[in-house]
Amino acid sequence: MKLIILDHYSQASEWAAKYIRNRIIQFNPGPEKYFTLGLPTGLPRDHPESYHSFMWNNFFKHIDIHPENTHILDGNAVDLQAECDAFEEKIKAAGGIELFVGGIGPDGHIAFNEPGSSLVSRTRVKTLAMDTILANARFFDGELTKVPTMALTVGVGTVMDAREVMILITGAHKAFALYKAIEEGVNHMWTVSAFQQHPRTVFVCDEDATLELKVKTVKYFKAPPQVNRKGCIYATNFGMQPRWQANAHTSAQSNGSS
Amino acid sequence: MRGGQGAAEARVLQFTNCRILRGGKLLREDLWVRGGRILDPEKLFFEERRVADERRDCGGRILAPGFIDVQINGGFGVDFSQATEDVGSGVALVARRILSHGVTSFCPTLVTSPPEVYHKVVPQIPVKSGGPHGAGVLGLHLEGPFISREKRGAHPEAHLRSFEANAFQDLLATYGPLDNVRIVTLAPELGHSHEVIRELTTRGICVSLGHSVADLRAAEDAVWSGATFITHLFNAMLPFHHRDPGIVGLLTSDRLPAGRCIFYGMIADGTHTNPAALRIAHRAHPQGLVLVTDAIPALGLGNGRHTLGQQEVEVDGLTAYVAGTKTLSGSIAPMDVCVRHFLQATGCSVESALEAASLHPAQLLGLEKSKGTLDFGADAGEGASQGYWAAWPYL
Repeated sequence: MKLIILDHYSQASEWAAKYIRNRIIQFNPGPEKYFTLGLPTGLPRDHPESYHSFMWNNFFKHIDIHPENTHILDGNAVDLQAECDAFEEKIKAAGGIELFVGGIGPDGHIAFNEPGSSLVSRTRVKTLAMDTILANARFFDGELTKVPTMALTVGVGTVMDAREVMILITGAHKAFALYKAIEEGVNHMWTVSAFQQHPRTVFVCDEDATLELKVKTVKYFKAPPQVNRKGCIYATNFGMQPRWQANAHTSAQSNGSS
Repeated sequence: MRGGQGAAEARVLQFTNCRILRGGKLLREDLWVRGGRILDPEKLFFEERRVADERRDCGGRILAPGFIDVQINGGFGVDFSQATEDVGSGVALVARRILSHGVTSFCPTLVTSPPEVYHKVVPQIPVKSGGPHGAGVLGLHLEGPFISREKRGAHPEAHLRSFEANAFQDLLATYGPLDNVRIVTLAPELGHSHEVIRELTTRGICVSLGHSVADLRAAEDAVWSGATFITHLFNAMLPFHHRDPGIVGLLTSDRLPAGRCIFYGMIADGTHTNPAALRIAHRAHPQGLVLVTDAIPALGLGNGRHTLGQQEVEVDGLTAYVAGTKTLSGSIAPMDVCVRHFLQATGCSVESALEAASLHPAQLLGLEKSKGTLDFGADAGEGASQGYWAAWPYL
């Protein structure tokens, strides 16, 4: 894995955004060649906090994507499992997910794959854990009774099939989950740990999220550029290289600069 | 929300690179329009899976709802109170010319006139939708003749009337059928005014208090009977007095019906109201302020001497005088100038200034769902026409 540690939330966000941009450009998509970006989904359609509204206001309305190239799981579908199966088919039809971007729950879940989810699961309906409901209550005026208790989600296996996975983890409240995900074993109680077995994973975090990690781990991933080691990507290295080089260390600037 | 089956096939227009006035704020958002209505792009994206057919770059400008002028007596040489055979083309001319000042809906105003004039003119000015051809007519504003003698201002004394024994019947006899009428200005101290106000209100006509010597109590009673507007605050009414604020006191009265907002017209041309007075009114009751032009036929005629009906008028910049005198002869500041002057004189936000000329008059007339706003479902049109106008690079 690559572990990218930035000083602050805003720097982590910017780094991640530029990474996605670079990947899309390097992929060079076209009419027959789709860059499929995966994002976790779930809540019912019409709610103001639905992922449809969220995705529209925070992403789709700012770019020129055609609506037909967007696919969001429909929580209001009549047959939910059929909806999930169809979603898996659409992913296959688009050529598979090139890059999956997700966060991590305080209980270590990826998408809504709650503790206990199968690590080879596919898109399906999941009952949400109390931790997740509590975490989402802020979108429903703090009223726990208003938070949906079920969600449609891509499975751990679905995400593992992506060619690359990027996980964003910020804040001290996620620190323990990050520790469990990368310093302990692969465990279905902390489903993000499944990505230890994925060939190409990037974890992007801020300082606070590393609070539960061993000093040794953090030092390794924040090592200065002269050390020849795998997987250190420099925050300032946003140039449009023609090819992605996993072992490149092209500049001597430290990461974390704006 | 959508304008019917046919509208679903109409072209979708997207205005980008603009700031739109929505929810009292200027937001960096695109404005989407289809079939004469403001469109919700999220529904278009997820339900219809469509993109815009045409995009227009607004160059960073503000996109504001079209202004609504509820008091305008004419302009460009046209006098609405003149009983000609072809009143319609005069109205159409004014409607077309005020578009370039940002006004997309208006209420042609008739000053105190004899009944023959009303009977001839009123039926010739129907309510009409706006478009690229000109601003829409929302209905007439009849200012007078049921007003106070002492506060008649420039209205001809000979044609003043009161509600005699038959109250509302007298009004009907004077004006004729009221189908095209939207606002009536009257003085509430006249006998039987409360019956008349109630009758007008039940017919959906907005009653405005003006050209009056009413004290605060009489004004409050008139509001209880249904009055919702004050015609050009400060002008043609008793001055504010600390023991009896008169009609001006309505702005802060605590004896009004709960939840009722009293609206008041202000002529913010820099001449008719001292900026300090403008600020006092605005600070006391900002949500009720409605910018009006109260423009006279000399609007837009340019500097120099003009003959308007029986009068000779001298125009100098933004002021019009009775020729050869220093007597003000009415307003000639167009609405966009009024908005800018209001903004500068009160130091209020751009959003407030724009709302005073769009949202507030729409609320006064109960039209805020479709006019004076850029909310989804509100009226819009192609080009500079009803519902919106792109301008204001300098604000």
